[in-house]
Amino acid sequence: MTQITTDTPLEESAFGKKAAGPVGWLDSRLGLAKAGKGLVRKVFPDHWSFFLGEIALYSFIVLLLTGVFLTFWYVPSMEEVTYTGSYAPLRGLEMSKAYASTLDISFDIRGGLLMRQIHHWAAMLFIASMIAHMLRVFFTGAYRKPREVNWLIGVGLFSLALIEGFAGYSLPDDLLSGTGLRFVDGLIRSIPIIGSYAEFFVFGGEYPGELIIPRLYMAHILLVPAILLGLITAHLLLLVYHKHTQWPGPGRTENNVVGYPVLPVYAAKAGGFFFVVFGFIVLVSATLQLNPVWSYGPYNPSEVTAGSQPDWYMGWVEGAVRIMPNWETTILGWTFSWNVFIPAVVLLTALFGLLAAYPFVERWVTKDDREHHLLQRPRNAPVRTGLGVAGMTAYGVLWIAGGNDVIATQFHMDIYTITWLCRIGFFVAPVIAFVVTKRICISLQRQDTETLLHGYETGVLERSPDGGYSERHAPLPANVAYTVSARDEVRVIEAPEDTDEHGVRAPGGLKARLHARASRFYHEDVAEKPTRHEVEEAAHHHADHDGHALEPGARDEFQGISETGVPHQH
Amino acid sequence: MRFLSTRRRHPLAGLVVLLLGLIAVGGLYSAVAPDSATAETTDARKVEAGRQLFLVGCATCHGKNAEGIQTKSGGNYGPSLIGVGAAAVDFQVGTGRMPLANASQQAPRKKPQYTPEEVSELSAYVATLAPGPAIPSEEYTDASGASDEVISEGGEFFRTNCTACHNSVGAGGALPGGRYAPKLTGVSGKHIYEAMVTGPQQMPVFNDAVITPEDKRAVIAYIKTVQAEPTYGGLGGGGLGPVVDGMFTWIIGIGGLVVIATWIAAHGARVKRKESRS
Amino acid sequence: MSTHQPGDAVQRADDADPHGEVEVKQGSFAERAEPLDNPGLPEHLPRPTDVYPEAERRAERQVAGMFFLATVLALAFCVLYFVVPIDATFLGWSGLNFALGGTLGASLLLIGLGAVQWAKKLMADEEMVEMRHPAVSNDDDRTEMLAKFNQGVNESGIRRRPLIRNTLLGALGVLGLPAIVLLRDLGPLPGKKQFETVWASGMRVVNDVAGTPLRPADIEVGQLVNAQPFAFFETDESGEHVIHGAELLQEKSKASVIVVRMRPEDITPAPGQENWGIEGILCFSKICTHVGCPISLWEQQTHHLLCPCHQSTYDLSDGGKVIFGPAHRPLPQLPLALDDEGYIIATSDFTVPVGPSFPEVEQDK
Repeated sequence: MTQITTDTPLEESAFGKKAAGPVGWLDSRLGLAKAGKGLVRKVFPDHWSFFLGEIALYSFIVLLLTGVFLTFWYVPSMEEVTYTGSYAPLRGLEMSKAYASTLDISFDIRGGLLMRQIHHWAAMLFIASMIAHMLRVFFTGAYRKPREVNWLIGVGLFSLALIEGFAGYSLPDDLLSGTGLRFVDGLIRSIPIIGSYAEFFVFGGEYPGELIIPRLYMAHILLVPAILLGLITAHLLLLVYHKHTQWPGPGRTENNVVGYPVLPVYAAKAGGFFFVVFGFIVLVSATLQLNPVWSYGPYNPSEVTAGSQPDWYMGWVEGAVRIMPNWETTILGWTFSWNVFIPAVVLLTALFGLLAAYPFVERWVTKDDREHHLLQRPRNAPVRTGLGVAGMTAYGVLWIAGGNDVIATQFHMDIYTITWLCRIGFFVAPVIAFVVTKRICISLQRQDTETLLHGYETGVLERSPDGGYSERHAPLPANVAYTVSARDEVRVIEAPEDTDEHGVRAPGGLKARLHARASRFYHEDVAEKPTRHEVEEAAHHHADHDGHALEPGARDEFQGISETGVPHQH
Repeated sequence: MRFLSTRRRHPLAGLVVLLLGLIAVGGLYSAVAPDSATAETTDARKVEAGRQLFLVGCATCHGKNAEGIQTKSGGNYGPSLIGVGAAAVDFQVGTGRMPLANASQQAPRKKPQYTPEEVSELSAYVATLAPGPAIPSEEYTDASGASDEVISEGGEFFRTNCTACHNSVGAGGALPGGRYAPKLTGVSGKHIYEAMVTGPQQMPVFNDAVITPEDKRAVIAYIKTVQAEPTYGGLGGGGLGPVVDGMFTWIIGIGGLVVIATWIAAHGARVKRKESRS
Repeated sequence: MSTHQPGDAVQRADDADPHGEVEVKQGSFAERAEPLDNPGLPEHLPRPTDVYPEAERRAERQVAGMFFLATVLALAFCVLYFVVPIDATFLGWSGLNFALGGTLGASLLLIGLGAVQWAKKLMADEEMVEMRHPAVSNDDDRTEMLAKFNQGVNESGIRRRPLIRNTLLGALGVLGLPAIVLLRDLGPLPGKKQFETVWASGMRVVNDVAGTPLRPADIEVGQLVNAQPFAFFETDESGEHVIHGAELLQEKSKASVIVVRMRPEDITPAPGQENWGIEGILCFSKICTHVGCPISLWEQQTHHLLCPCHQSTYDLSDGGKVIFGPAHRPLPQLPLALDDEGYIIATSDFTVPVGPSFPEVEQDK
């Protein structure tokens, strides 16, 4: 540690003297020092959940690197050729150049299979980590003011990533991806009134035509990645501007950020994590096979394989399409295919709509206009947590429905029964999940209050002179007690009277009542945190009653709370 | 076993093979003519042995004369076996599907209950009841040594006719009512052929008039070749496709990286002040 | 309450009413004071590597060891690239994929783990505090910005010259039209293409892949034939297929059929379709009316046809009626007859559109 302070300053070292010229040249043109001085020692807080977004960022970089490699050989053409490559079981077959070149990358280019698998695994991880990151942001309330715009950018990134993933999935033009395209064709056709026109415009004529692969290729390697890159940049710039959120704890307030500086600790930790993510994906790609396109065969609209499914991130849409009743209506000669349009187009739009709207809806309910930089533990926002878990449950039910055939064969169940269970489950399970989650949150809140006021259970049993047994409680160490107690609390806002004493309707009554109802829904039953008065009273009581105040050393040995989600104390 | 089955296929050798001769396939083999008198006696003995086995093991459900037993409500307790042919018996009994262990949606493949000898006797007996598909010649069930051209053509037939139910690598698939298309791993070429010509349970028939014996051999060649192929990319998802890939992504991918992230963010061991010697 | 000044959260507890009771105004936001004072950052404790030189040296060796191993593995990657043949297998996997992935992955992972270990064990680890500033601009900035903006607008004169403003807006607005019009040739108009397939009166129904025509005697009860129109196997004088390439795929995605045979007594034909089969042989479209997956999962005993994609189920003994799943329209049936040579032929094109529904699907051809 001492070396750090005794190092020769950079500008006086031999290297520094040599580098001074070029660096000075750049600085005099770019103003490097002015821009960099604020960033070099910028502080980032430590918590494992803050790395989820980084996984997404690093997967994206891996995708760019491996994607460039793949473009060197991939041919985005649907022109038919006869396959003459190394994979014997398909030799001599007519197939598109796209599929043939994908087989070449897999079997005739050294490292090609590895790069294909890295690219695909990174894509899977990209979307999974985005979802995990979004859930973290949602459940901790990190999207609140001033970060709503960054949340919206995140929703945009998420939706684009799904499109990007789907476009990539379609490019090999094997039997599985072709079946996916066929589904998209049906989906486009289901758009009311203009469906047929949209189909012919997207595919350049009748499905499948010759143009869809080149068009998807352009979207996959140029259009969507460019927008993604732009949005990611904006996402990160806003992160730097707002500074990272942090968990409440001793010394951590709404007005500061406590953690490690970019140089050296975060450069090493975040930079190191990039290599960890990259290396991890490569190791997975070396040992786990993903999307063996050769085993599906070339696309042919009269062939299909059992177990045809999209990649997992579209699985929930697939599930919705599977469990949707077969509604189709014809009005004035126009057919509306609700059976496809609702689960695919409407549901997908609804998900992004709800995600985008949530911060604003919550703000309308709470009327909370403060800036928030301290995160909330999920239990301290029971309704939000309940809604989030309900949403995850609905998503999970659809996901199960999307794999109903695999579940049927693996667990010897009737596929129709699974479909019906999912149909019912989609409506019932989220409600149950909401109620149960909210109750669990409130119980945890009450437990927090309980430990705060009456101490934690030491596990030490005492026998009183008259033979009764009791467990000794010890007060929480000051740091932990503060962490438990430091939570944001908002109050119910009562509805104004509908009518005044003369029976005249109050102005704006409906809107206010709606708001009051929403507010009551949001705040109802939420445990209030103890007041300063109560805490002080309990402390007195504790001291008077058993005289076992905080024992010396208890602070160091205390380990009870940190496992429940409060950041570790140190 | 092989001795018996080659004899049995001869067009002049007894009732079984006479029936076989009624079908086009019979004419395709021109095996060396064995001593017909021996074949006839062997066959008659075999049919009788098969009948005895049938009465003990099968007649309870299928009836004493294999005419089938109907339930009171008119359903099938055990279907009639008249005309199902030797191939059906060889498939059902040879793959252990029959005798049925318990009544369920579908007879599962299991360890065969009869020796190959007994299966052959049973087949011989059932084949005497009425004409039906015969046990295929090895010429069409042994696909080893098939050329690349045959294999890739077999792939075309396989993807057109089979993968919709059995999956592109033969991993099987779901059907309504808890039924399923079984997986094709470890199924012999002969049994694959027999399944195609007889259409066991819910499987449709793919007879030799439409999918010729040569085409069937190509299909078998493709299945065998693909199943012997390495899983190039590493541990495969058992042919279950994206569902399993998604599980891997979350459990191994996100799970593993979260473990590492927890390590990165953890603040590790500390030395208490009193011990420190700074 | 909309913004905080630095330090006020720490002091909030002291400023507030000691009992934490804050009056709640109706219709306004209120928060309660913290029950406990913020104890401030805990005392910093050193790590073993800060205190014990041997621990420090061990950590240094670990980090350098990882970086060294990463170097070796990266070099091993280069060697293995040239040494391992591309068709070699290892554990039933591609040997090259495993060798390259294993070395590259481990090398990257070790660099990452080494860097993190360095940060955790050896870099200074006293936590720093950085103050935040509200995201909002301060009043001076706003005033200055507004003044400058107004000056700019004034100097342009855009508000005083509505003619210029309106014509510019008009010009810019109309500029969107060329962008839209340019996209017109993305594809042709659908016309009646979705209503037509290559099936026509007299077209033979042939076995898919092989292209052999079918006679009723070839098909037994319980049989399924994946079939195509003969047109796909027709060749011109030079032996080339008449329909090939993209056109073949387009036509196949509409014209593929399945031929099944059931016992005639099991079949309930739809009205007007009584003579569309031949002795229990029926022909249906192979393209699901839901989103177009090819369907051939036919259960010969129940006569049900299941789509492997979304489990729509049709009853082929009942005119292709939907009995389960998301498909709405019954599976279109192709009317059959025999030609002079006794082969199965179609007597016309499909009478209803095949494949997934589209807005005009119920409109007449």
